[in-house]
Parts: sequence; C-alpha cells; structure tokens
Amino acid sequence: MGVSLGTNPGLLPDLRAARPVIQVSGIRKTYGATVAVSEVSFEVGEGEIFGLIGPNGAGKTTTMECVEGVRRPDRGIISILGLDPFRDMYRLQNRIGVQLQQAQLQKRIKVWEAVVLWASLYSKAVDANRLLEQLGLAGKRSAWFMTLSGGQKQRLFIALALINDPEVVFLDELTTGLDPQSRRAIWELVRGIRNRGKTVFLTTHLMEEAERLCDRVAIIEHGKIIDIGSPEALVRRHCPVQTVVLATGNALAEQHLRTIPSAETVSRQESRFTIQGRGDDFVTEVIHCLSANQIRVTDFRTVLPSLEDVFLKLTGHLIRD
Amino acid sequence: MFQGLWKLTWLEIKIFLREPMGAVGSILLPVLVFVVVGRLMGGQITPRLIAGAGFVRVGLPVLVAVMIALNGVLSLVTIISIYREGGILKRLRATPLRPQTILTAHVLAKLAITAVTMALMLVAGRRYYPAGVHVPVFGFTMALLISTWSILSIGFLIASIVPTARFAQPIGAAILYPMIGLCGLFAPLRTLPPALHALARVLPLTYAVSLLQGIWKGEAWSAHLGDVAALIVIFAICTTLSAKVFRWE
Repeated sequence: MGVSLGTNPGLLPDLRAARPVIQVSGIRKTYGATVAVSEVSFEVGEGEIFGLIGPNGAGKTTTMECVEGVRRPDRGIISILGLDPFRDMYRLQNRIGVQLQQAQLQKRIKVWEAVVLWASLYSKAVDANRLLEQLGLAGKRSAWFMTLSGGQKQRLFIALALINDPEVVFLDELTTGLDPQSRRAIWELVRGIRNRGKTVFLTTHLMEEAERLCDRVAIIEHGKIIDIGSPEALVRRHCPVQTVVLATGNALAEQHLRTIPSAETVSRQESRFTIQGRGDDFVTEVIHCLSANQIRVTDFRTVLPSLEDVFLKLTGHLIRD
Repeated sequence: MFQGLWKLTWLEIKIFLREPMGAVGSILLPVLVFVVVGRLMGGQITPRLIAGAGFVRVGLPVLVAVMIALNGVLSLVTIISIYREGGILKRLRATPLRPQTILTAHVLAKLAITAVTMALMLVAGRRYYPAGVHVPVFGFTMALLISTWSILSIGFLIASIVPTARFAQPIGAAILYPMIGLCGLFAPLRTLPPALHALARVLPLTYAVSLLQGIWKGEAWSAHLGDVAALIVIFAICTTLSAKVFRWE
C-alpha cells in the first residue's frame, strides 16, 4: 500500500492497493447534464474491506454499479479480477456477489425459493441451508419476502450475494435503515466474509460503520474522490490534533501541564482542563506529566478525531447535512 | 443461455397464484362469470341456435377468449412495472439471468395461466352447450396461446413506456380495450371508416379474432396462415421495439 504515483508523494492519496482485485481508473458517468462521478480512480486489494464513503448523492452507488457492470461509465477503465465488468459480465458474475441498494424481491417469494433460484443460476453454489443458518434465517425459510423485517431482508440479500461463494462481494448501503443492534450483527457478518479470504467493497454514509469495518476507505463527494487511506491514516493526515480532557483540584496543575512538549494549547474551565496537542507521544506525555507531578485526577478522557472530523475538515460540512 | 428459465417460470406462476387477486381474479372469476351467464341462458342455447351463425355461436366464445388474453397482458404490464419500480428487475439483472430469460419466464407464466383458464372455461362450457356440438378444444387453445403470445409483446411495449406501476393498469387498459371494438368481432372490418379500417389492419387483435373465429368454426389452420404470420410479425416488431426502449429501473 501507499506506493506514491508522482513527484509530490505527500499530496497523493493511497490509491494503490496490494494485489489489487479491483482497479478503477478515471471513470466518469453523467446522467443528462448531471455529472454523477468524474475522474474516479482507486484500487481494492485482495482480502480487504474497502469502503466508499460520502453523503447521499455523492456518487457512491453510481461508482459501485459501474464496477459491478450494472451501469456503463461514459469514460474510464475498470478491471475486476482481471476482467472488464461490462464486456465479460456473464463470466464475471460467477465470481462476484452483489447486494444492491434499494433492491427488492417479489413480495410473495419465500426465502428458500429465492436462495434456491439464485443457487441454480451460478456454476457453483454453497449449501443453501447452511448459508441461511449462518445468517440467522433458518427459522424464516418459508416466510414470504414481504413479511421479513428490514434486518432480515438485508441478511437475505447478503445470503444471495454469497450463494455462489464469490471472490469479491459488493455491499451497497448495507445497514441503512437498520437499528443499531441489527447493524452490529451485520458488521460481524461482513468481518466474517473478509475472514474467509474474500474481498469486500462497500459503500456507506455512516462514518462509524466505515471506521469500525473498513481496512481502507475512499472519501467521495460531488462525484470526486477526495482522499483514500486507512481510517487511521486519514485521521492522522487530516486531523492530527488530539485532545485530552481531565479534571483535577490540584492548584499547580495548569503550570505543569503547560510544560508538556507536544501540547499546543491548555485551557481551563474551573477544575476542568482541555489540552490539545499532536504527535504519537502526546497522550503518553500528558500521563507522564500527571504521574511525575503526582497530580490527582478525578476524570481523564482522550478525545480522538474520527473519520467524521476528517470529513468535516475536507468538505466543510457534516456528512449528514 | 436460458439458465434458470424453468425455475423462474415455475416460481413466477407460484408467486402469481399467491396474490390475493391472482388465482381468483384471473382463473376462477372468468370461469365463474361464464358459468353464471351459462346458467342464466340455460336452455336457450339449442342446437338450432348454435347452427345459425350469430354472436352466441362464434362471437361469444371468441370474445371470452380475447378477454382472457387481454387480462393476461394487462397483468403482465402491471407486474413488469411493479418489478421495475420496486427494484426487483434490477436485482434479477445483477445475476447471471439474461434479460430475455426474465421476460420469457413471464411470458410462459402468463401463457400457462391463460391455457389453464381456457381449459377450465371449455370444461365448464360443455355443460351449457348441447351435446353434439363439436368444439375444437386443442386447436382453439393453441390459437389463443399464439394470439396471447403476440399481444403480450404489445404488453411489453406498454410496460416499457409507462412511467410508474400506478399508471400501468389504466394506460394498459386504455390502449388494449379499444382494440376490441376494432377487431371485427362486433362490426365487420369492411364496414369501418377507412382510417379505422387501416388501424384495425395493424392491430394484433384483428388477426387474433380472425384466427380464433376460424378455428372455432372448424376451419383448417391452413386457411389462417396469414393470421398466424401477421401475429408473428407483430410479435417480432413489438419485441424489437421494446428491447430498444425497455428500462430496467
């Protein structure tokens, strides 16, 4: 990862991946006068969970559907498992699994019927019953699609995406509209997919999801990719300032805290101190200062910047706006 | 090429029959209406009446058959537009299923349901038609299937154009039902004004009715090769057109 492409490496995002299975280069897609995506380039490495993150309407789904071969870009090159998703669509479909945003099935199709139909379409298929069991749908085998809850529908769509034992799995806005509990359960499933050696390409507008799930993310806005990297790397790159909040009654605390080399600002509100600084040693230095000076604290919290902050910094607005 | 076709066709038939109005509306209701009308007219249909040309002898069964066909076509238009609006077509398309397989499955499902309705109708009708009247069950059903198949292609064209599922049924009905007035069933084609006559010549229903009437009357298929050819041409044109304008989402 992180092979620089040009002469000014510091400014270029991590768009190279180790052993890429998906390579996207300079794609553009317009709908009438609207430019949905332009100059989008990235790579997804084998065995990683790669997330395309951005607000609704940023071009996530368009990008993903171009890679899946559902949509044809106006320009640009896409290669997935060494194949062209549009030209080799039918060859490729046996090797990828797809979960589409806002897809539905026939209202009155039964869970097992859907899985058996899907299994019959591919050249190889995993055991349908075991798959339903793994996804917690065994008890819903004979239920009509329309009677399933949001979480159950999503799990069924994951089952359909996994039925052919694919090498690459596409998950588009997988947990949108789910309650936190179902969301966590689905995250566990996605990690399980990766742990079985598969590559996962997902989109989400939930920063927490991206942060907890993705090995690498690409931030997309207004159809353009702003930056690519691991969540930690992006945070370090764009929001290097860390914050420690602590409470102490020690009268000399402020004086001591100001001596911390990596601290940039120290502010005080009654017994509550907010210290900001940067560098890998910052938090350690704060702790060291406290113990060296025997400062007794009643509260100690580190506030680390998140992808949400990175997004805010890069775009000037919150992702939910 | 057509991998999954039989499975999908069977599945679509099952799903259709699970619809509240599926089995009842498209199979039971027509047969029921037919039986009730038959009862009301009971005894009035005599071999003498049957022997005379007239509407009861040929017109009525053909009208019933045509209604069954149009029913199937309308239902197809509605289903396709619901599938499109709901993202079901899109989901199916992101599988190795070919578009033509999905469409063929729907056509086969509709034909199967049409055939079952027709067969039940003929069985029920037997009681009300006096013995000794020969009804070419197999030939007539075949003629109906060919007709339905051709009109279904118009259904696809309509399904390709209608914006939302809400409008599918009314727009479909507005296009399909006026054809009944022009198909030669109520007024002979030559009595129509020239413009309507010309329009009738390009409507599939005109040929469907001609074929159905002929087969019902016991005429040979060879006398109706022109009708069959016209139905096939209309199918080819509509299928080509809808392949061009069809939207999956």
